[in-house]
Amino acid sequence: MATASSMIPAPAQSRLFMSGNDAVSRAVWDAGVRVAAAYPGTPSTEMLEVLSTYPDIYTEWSVNEKVSLEVAFGASMAGSRAFCAMKHVGVNVASDALMTLTLTGVKGGLVLAVADDVGLSSSQNEQDSRTWGRFAHIPVLEPADSQEAYDFTLAAFDLSERFQTPVLLRLTTRICHVKALVTVGERKTYPAAGFTKESTRWVMVPGHAARRLPLLFEREKALAVASAESALNFIDDGSDRRVGFIATGPAAMHVREAFPDAPLFKLGFAYPAPIERLREFAASVDKLVVVEEIEPLLENELKAAGIAVSGKDILPRIGELAPNVLKPAVAGLLGETLPASQVAAPLPVFPRPPTMCVACPHLGVYYTLSQVKNVTVAGDIGCYTLGAGHPWNALDACISMGASMGMALGLDKGRGEADADRRIVAVIGDSTFMHMGMQGLLDIVYNRGNVTVLLLDNRAVGMTGGQNNPGNGRDIHNNPAPQIDFESLVKALGVREERVHVVNPYELPTLFKRLREETKIPEPSVIITNQPCVLVQDYQPKSPFMVEEDRCTGCGSCVDIGCPAIHVTRRDTVQKPNGKEVARSFVRIETAACTGCGLCLQPCAPKAIVPAAVAAKVHVLQQH
Amino acid sequence: MSETTNILVVGIGGQGVMTATEILAEAAIALGHDAKKTEVAGMAQRGGVVSSHLRFGKRVLSPQITPGTADILLGFEAAEGMRWRHMLRPDGQALMNVGRLTPPVVDLGLYEYPADPVASVRAAGTRVVAFDATSIALGLGEIRLGNTVMLGAISSYLPFPAEVLEAAVLKRFATRKPALLELNRRAFAAGRDAAANASAEELAAAVAG
Repeated sequence: MATASSMIPAPAQSRLFMSGNDAVSRAVWDAGVRVAAAYPGTPSTEMLEVLSTYPDIYTEWSVNEKVSLEVAFGASMAGSRAFCAMKHVGVNVASDALMTLTLTGVKGGLVLAVADDVGLSSSQNEQDSRTWGRFAHIPVLEPADSQEAYDFTLAAFDLSERFQTPVLLRLTTRICHVKALVTVGERKTYPAAGFTKESTRWVMVPGHAARRLPLLFEREKALAVASAESALNFIDDGSDRRVGFIATGPAAMHVREAFPDAPLFKLGFAYPAPIERLREFAASVDKLVVVEEIEPLLENELKAAGIAVSGKDILPRIGELAPNVLKPAVAGLLGETLPASQVAAPLPVFPRPPTMCVACPHLGVYYTLSQVKNVTVAGDIGCYTLGAGHPWNALDACISMGASMGMALGLDKGRGEADADRRIVAVIGDSTFMHMGMQGLLDIVYNRGNVTVLLLDNRAVGMTGGQNNPGNGRDIHNNPAPQIDFESLVKALGVREERVHVVNPYELPTLFKRLREETKIPEPSVIITNQPCVLVQDYQPKSPFMVEEDRCTGCGSCVDIGCPAIHVTRRDTVQKPNGKEVARSFVRIETAACTGCGLCLQPCAPKAIVPAAVAAKVHVLQQH
Repeated sequence: MSETTNILVVGIGGQGVMTATEILAEAAIALGHDAKKTEVAGMAQRGGVVSSHLRFGKRVLSPQITPGTADILLGFEAAEGMRWRHMLRPDGQALMNVGRLTPPVVDLGLYEYPADPVASVRAAGTRVVAFDATSIALGLGEIRLGNTVMLGAISSYLPFPAEVLEAAVLKRFATRKPALLELNRRAFAAGRDAAANASAEELAAAVAG
C-alpha cells in the first residue's frame, strides 16, 4: 500500500535488490517524469505503487487504463515527461487512445510500460503486447532483467523525445516480479516545456490525421535506423557456431544459461528490428533459432526478409520459456538425443486454488447465489471471479473488465423458450464497475434489460492488493479524496429508485429476500453490498467463533459458506428412517483465523456455532 | 554444491514465504553473491500455492530454478513440501514443516490430504529433515514467527555460516520492529535446533534401520 509520506530515495550509485517493477519506477523518477498514471493489474501494479512513494512526481490511480494513458498523453502535450503502466489486457482498453496518439506523436517523453502475464499467473488470457508496437508503429524495448529494466526505461524517454513517439516498454512477469541487483543513477529534472497550440498536430480530424500518416511511416523508418545503431542490440558471441540465437527479454537469459557457448544476438530495442544486422548474424552461424515469448513476431519478420530461422516450429507458443524447454527443442533441431531426463515426476497432491479470505463479504453473496434456483450469473474480473469455484459454483461467465453488464443483457435478450423463467444476474465489483461497467449498466437501463446487478462494493481494488479507488474516498497517497456514492450513481444512470437497494452482505436473509424479489421483477435493478474488503484498513475484525462439538449434527451447511476457517474434522454416513443414506461432515472453526463475521452461524440449524469462550488467539505481538 | 545455489521456498499465501526468501537473498548478497529471486504470487494473498525461487552465485542468469536442480527445498507446509519435491536434484535436501493447512477443497471432500507427506517424500528417495515449525512458533507465542523458525532450520544447510542468515533476519527487526528482535532471535535458534535434532534422529533411524 502507498503511504502518505514520501520515502527518501536511495542515493545515486546505490546497488539495490530490486524487482523489475521497482527498477522501472526508480528510472521513471530518475528520468524526471512529472506525471505517472495507472490502473492496478498484476503483474504491473507495483510500478505506480512504488512511484507514489517518491517525492516531486504526480501519481494517480486512474479509473481505467485508457484514462491513464490519456492523462499521460495530456501531460506530454503540456511538455512534461509522462509515464503510464498497465497489464497486457489493459492495452486493449487503452488502445483507442494509443492508436491515434501515435499519429499526433508526443512532446514530453511518454513511456508506456506493459506487463505481459506470460504463463497466466493472474489473468484471463495470454497476449503478446509487442504486437501493439507493430500495430501502432511505435518502438518496443524489451529488458531482460531488473538492471535492464532500469536502463531501458531511461533510454525509452530519450528515444521518445528524439522521435516524438510514445515508446512501449515490454515487460513480463519474469521481469516485473524478479528481484535482482540494480545500480541506480542520478535524478535529472525536466521542467515542463508548456503546451503549444497547434491544431494540425493535436486535433485529429480526418484532414489533419491524413497529413500525419506519412510522418508516422517516416518515423518508423528512422526508428529502424536507430535500432540498427542501438547499443541495446548486440552480439554476445560464442564459439559453438552450430546454432546461433536471437532472443529478446527474459528469453535471452534462458538462452545464455542453456547454451553458454552459443552466439547470441540479444535484442533490447526489438522493434523495429535491425534486420540487416540480423541477416549478417544469420550468415555467421549454421542454424538460427529465434527465442521470443509469446508470438512468433520477430520470427515472421525475419522469414519475410528471407532469413531462414527456426522458432515456434520447435518452441512452445504458449507459456513461459526456460532453459529446460530450450535444450530438448534445440537438441531435436540438431538431430541429437539428450541423456534421459533425471527429473522425477511430481508427487500427487490435491490442487490448492486461491480461495476467498476468511470473513470476505463476497462469501455471503455467493452462498446466497448458490441457494437461488434457475439463475444465470454473468461475472466479472476481481476476487469475486472465485465464485465460479467450490463450493458455490455460482458464476457462469467471465471474459473482461465490465463485461458482466453486456453479457447479462445479451443473456436476457437472447434467451430461448427453455430459459423464459431464467433469472439473469450480473455480478461486478466496485472498481470494475467504475473501470468499465458503468456504460454497460446504462445500456441495460436504456434497452430495458431484465437484469439484476449485484454491485459488490468492498471499497478497494481487492484482487491486486487493496489499492484505493474513487469509491473509498482515498487517493493513491491514502489522503482524503472525493468519494463516489454508488447509490446515487446507479440512480443517475437511470435505474429506478425503487429498484436500488443497499444491503449488508453478512445479513443472509435480507440478501436472499432482495435477490429473490429483484430477480422476479422484469426490469433493471441494482443491489449494492456495502461491507469492506477484509484486507483493507476499513475492515474491523470481531471476536471469533467456535463449534460446540456435541451440538454439531454434521449437516455441513456451514461448509457451504466456503470460509477457509471452517475445517471438517470427520465424515461419516448415516441411514435415515426412510432408508436414505446421508453424508455428514463435522466441523471445527480455526479460531485463530476467524474474525467473527457471523456468516456461518446463519445456516447452522442446531446453533452449534458460539462465541469462542476464551480467545485462543495469542496476541503477544499486539503489545508492541 | 554447484556454482549457483538453488533454494526453493514453498508454502501458501500469507505464511511469509516471500519474505523468508527475501531475507535469504539479502544474506547471500551481503556475502557478495549475485542473486535473483522470483515467484508466481499474483493470487498468493488468496491462500493459493506460493513457490519462491532463489538462485545465488557468481553470476545468475535465469531466475527460475529448473526442475530437478534445486539444492534445498524449504517447505512451510507439509503437503506443499511434497508438491514441490520433484524440483530437488536427486541428492537435494528437503526441510519440511510438518504443520498442515487444509484448503477448502479438502474440507469439502473433493480431495484427500496426503496421509503422511514426509513419508511420501522420503519414499520417493529424498533426504528429509522434518520438524513442527508451527508448534514451535505457537510455543513462542505467535504463529507469525514461523518463517523465522524456518530460516533457523535452513541456516545449517547453506553454503555460508548460519550467523550470516541470522544477522539478515535480525537486521530487519532491528530497524523495523526492535521490540521483536529477541523473540526472533529465539525463534531462529529454535528452528536451527529443531532441524539439528530431526537430522540426528533421521541419521540414527537410518543407522538402526
